[in-house]
Amino acid sequence: MTKKALFIDPGRCIGCQACVAACRECDSHPGKSMIHLDYPDPGNSAAASPTVCMHCSDPVAPCAQVCPTDAIPIDDHGVVGSASEELCIACGNCVHACPFGVPKLDLVEMLQSKCDMCCDRTSQGKMPMCASVCPTDALFFGTEAELMQKRPSVQAVDVFGFGDETVQTRNAMVAPAGKDLDRIPGGYSARSAQDPDPEK
Amino acid sequence: MKKLLPVMAPGIGSFRKERSGIRPKPQPREERLVATHCCYCGVQCGMYLRVSADGKVFGVEPRDHDINKMKLCPKGVTAYQQVNHTDRLITPLMRDRRDQPLREVSWDAALDRVVSEIRTIQAKYGADAFAVYSGSSLTTEKCYLMGKFARVALGTKHVDYNGRLCMVSAAGANKKAFGVDRAANPWSDMLETDVIMLLGANVGECFPVATQYFWDARDRGAKLITVDPRQTPIARTADIHVALRPGTDAAFCNGVLHVIEREGLIDEEFIAARTTGWEQLRDKVREYPPKRAAEICGLDPALIEQVALTWGPADKAMAFHARGIEHHTQGVNNCLTVINLVLATGQIGRPGRGYGTITGQGNGQGGREHGQKSDQLPGQRMIEDPEARAHICRVWGITDEQLPRKGTSAVEMVHQAERGEIKGWLGICNNPLVSMPHTDRIVRGYDSLQFHCQIDFFLSETCARADVVLPSTCWAEDEGVSTNAEGRVIKYNKAAEPPGEAKPDWWIVCEIARRLDRHADKFQFGSARALFEELRVASAGGLADYSGMTYERIEQTGGIYWPCPSEDHPGTPRLFEESFAHPDGLARFHAIDWQHPAEEVDDEFPLRLTTGRTVAHYLSGNQTRRIDALVQQTPRPWIEVHPDLGYANGDPVRVVSRRGSATYPALVVTSIRKDTVFIPYHWAAPVAANLMTVDALDPTSLIPEFKVCACRIEPGGAIDETMPPPVAPGGQSYEFSRVADGQPSAPQGRGTGKG
Repeated sequence: MTKKALFIDPGRCIGCQACVAACRECDSHPGKSMIHLDYPDPGNSAAASPTVCMHCSDPVAPCAQVCPTDAIPIDDHGVVGSASEELCIACGNCVHACPFGVPKLDLVEMLQSKCDMCCDRTSQGKMPMCASVCPTDALFFGTEAELMQKRPSVQAVDVFGFGDETVQTRNAMVAPAGKDLDRIPGGYSARSAQDPDPEK
Repeated sequence: MKKLLPVMAPGIGSFRKERSGIRPKPQPREERLVATHCCYCGVQCGMYLRVSADGKVFGVEPRDHDINKMKLCPKGVTAYQQVNHTDRLITPLMRDRRDQPLREVSWDAALDRVVSEIRTIQAKYGADAFAVYSGSSLTTEKCYLMGKFARVALGTKHVDYNGRLCMVSAAGANKKAFGVDRAANPWSDMLETDVIMLLGANVGECFPVATQYFWDARDRGAKLITVDPRQTPIARTADIHVALRPGTDAAFCNGVLHVIEREGLIDEEFIAARTTGWEQLRDKVREYPPKRAAEICGLDPALIEQVALTWGPADKAMAFHARGIEHHTQGVNNCLTVINLVLATGQIGRPGRGYGTITGQGNGQGGREHGQKSDQLPGQRMIEDPEARAHICRVWGITDEQLPRKGTSAVEMVHQAERGEIKGWLGICNNPLVSMPHTDRIVRGYDSLQFHCQIDFFLSETCARADVVLPSTCWAEDEGVSTNAEGRVIKYNKAAEPPGEAKPDWWIVCEIARRLDRHADKFQFGSARALFEELRVASAGGLADYSGMTYERIEQTGGIYWPCPSEDHPGTPRLFEESFAHPDGLARFHAIDWQHPAEEVDDEFPLRLTTGRTVAHYLSGNQTRRIDALVQQTPRPWIEVHPDLGYANGDPVRVVSRRGSATYPALVVTSIRKDTVFIPYHWAAPVAANLMTVDALDPTSLIPEFKVCACRIEPGGAIDETMPPPVAPGGQSYEFSRVADGQPSAPQGRGTGKG
């Protein structure tokens, strides 16, 4: 992973929702946040976890594949965008197809929206707004090498198991180094150790 | 080979084909970025405000400042939304009697009324019958002006500020132990430490951006110990979390030091060379074996041993605390027990070794050291010190007889108003009807005033009861300096003109002084910069010496730590490297006994009520309760209770103390002690946490005991409604995208995942 990506570390997340507030400030969707911020263990802990689009690379963008109007674009860098306003028919296929529950459907505007990794900012060399402001670097934007340099005791995980299906993503989750990922239910699979894809 | 999903919509082409753009590109907008800092907490994050061609602030852009490295919390991200908010006060407001509504008036009418009321009250009841109550979210220039205004223009001894509700216990302890009141180390020192102990500091919610320093230290192997009755976001993954009973911090620290001394882990060389009072302290902590301390604290004694055996042997360790141990009738003592621990192990004055309080307000530090505190003069000088008085009299051009003596503290002043001893009041930058303890009594105090003027940029609950309200600037409409929790002086820059007829606070105060015509020549300030230049002179030679700072130097360096006594002085990021500020250069140990809180639990009130902040709101909420995103995140307060108390999420729970009651929805969590309930305090009556809190004060710092009082809970009827914040007459309450279900899903607010 030499390209810049978002690395998500719920272990660092304090649940402050700065990412949600920052996402609303994005010029391409002002006032609307594309980030889901969950408190996954309510009643027992202050745990929190942000969900942004993982930008699935293999299979490539299930949301886009099931779109009947081909409204969801994927750019050269593997970034999956929000649905085109001209093409989207708000059928909701993408919402059902996404393994991570990312796309949102606005039933008033009849339009899908999702995290596009702040393409308006990254195209100008800026970081996505959420990762810029994240007080704890629970959302970290950079290369895997940059991440590992800062946090020697973690590993990045970009392959996820859903039943028989595995999904490889452009963005990654951060897990403690040495954690046996096969044993984490419902989420990570063992990372394909030697990824044959030269792009990676 | 990339595989494709078996399900494929008909007729799809290449997913990677070029499109003109993923979404319509935003219209390029002519804008400029103004480099400034956030207006909220003591971190004072750098940020850019986005300003349109017509001079309106319309957005925020992260700024790679040394303090925050682009990071911002949800309050910081949305802070700019205050600037052009529909609730802004844009004209002076006045009424002749309290039963009338406020009405818009001209500046002349409002100022003349203020001046005539001051004259009438002072002529009849004496100069001290008029009080000034200020705040620490003002720039240091304005804080300096408020102290000078009270003492020189009004000639009253009654001036104090809202830091009295914040961290004065830490200030008092620092003065006693070190001889100076400032965090000892820059936060970057944390990156070199091995152990961090965090006491009563909900860093993840109150100072979210400071969390990065803690996480980065842990990435480098540091251990984190947290001490808090609740499992806060920063405590969740701590190496050791000590969930002690509220009000028992001193017993805990004594117990830890007991074990450290028993195990021979003290730094004898440091104690001998740089401190005094060790023997008395040693004898005192020997009275606190872990078993006794643990009984007081409601802990397992093994936990105290574990903390001691983590801190004691550490090569480098740092301790930080905040309101959790400071808001107590033994607040100063609590802080001193932490300092004892730091000094006994020699953990101060070096990289990775140190101590600090984390100030709650943006300018909590700067606001308390330049003369708006009842017992201080500029430069952190004590008002009863003859030399200090002589210096300030020279700077101000007055005689010693003209300079009032020490006054009383914030809460005491309101109680004096209730007793009729204080008749007139000028408030600025505070909202005591939400923020002071025992709300009913505070309301009685304000209602007893013959005249009350409040200066603010939103109509706070306190403004709404005043006789005259003067509209001022928000932080983006003026320039000036602020001193963050590290003791680093940074600068706010002006991004926009004030709306309507709103005026800079310093203009308003100087105008009152001019019209009073008492030492009017001493208030001829035409700008914040002019005030800063006088402040430099006034602070020169004091402990908090700003004399070597200039606006330009602060901008060039990213902030200067005081003391900075000359223009070629680099500032002082780390204190106590060679000596402490007492005349003999030594630090003082203090033998401290734990005391019961002012109000212990009993059969009638068997639970401990503790209060605090939540991440989406700030202090009395006068700013944040008007910001859409923050209200959506946390629309209302709740009561946090342990499941063993028998309630379900959302149940109406009535909490009753000797002073008041209110009904909140329950947030049932196992992350709080069974003997403790928690309510966040940012909202006004009828859901104000301070309806219940006790107004007992620390004898030294005069801070109220917000963090522990006795209460009981019972099944409530209807949940008390959260009122929208007040607005000016004729104004419409800002329309939020109000949420039907205001129940928070976590202490940090409502999750957005299901939205």
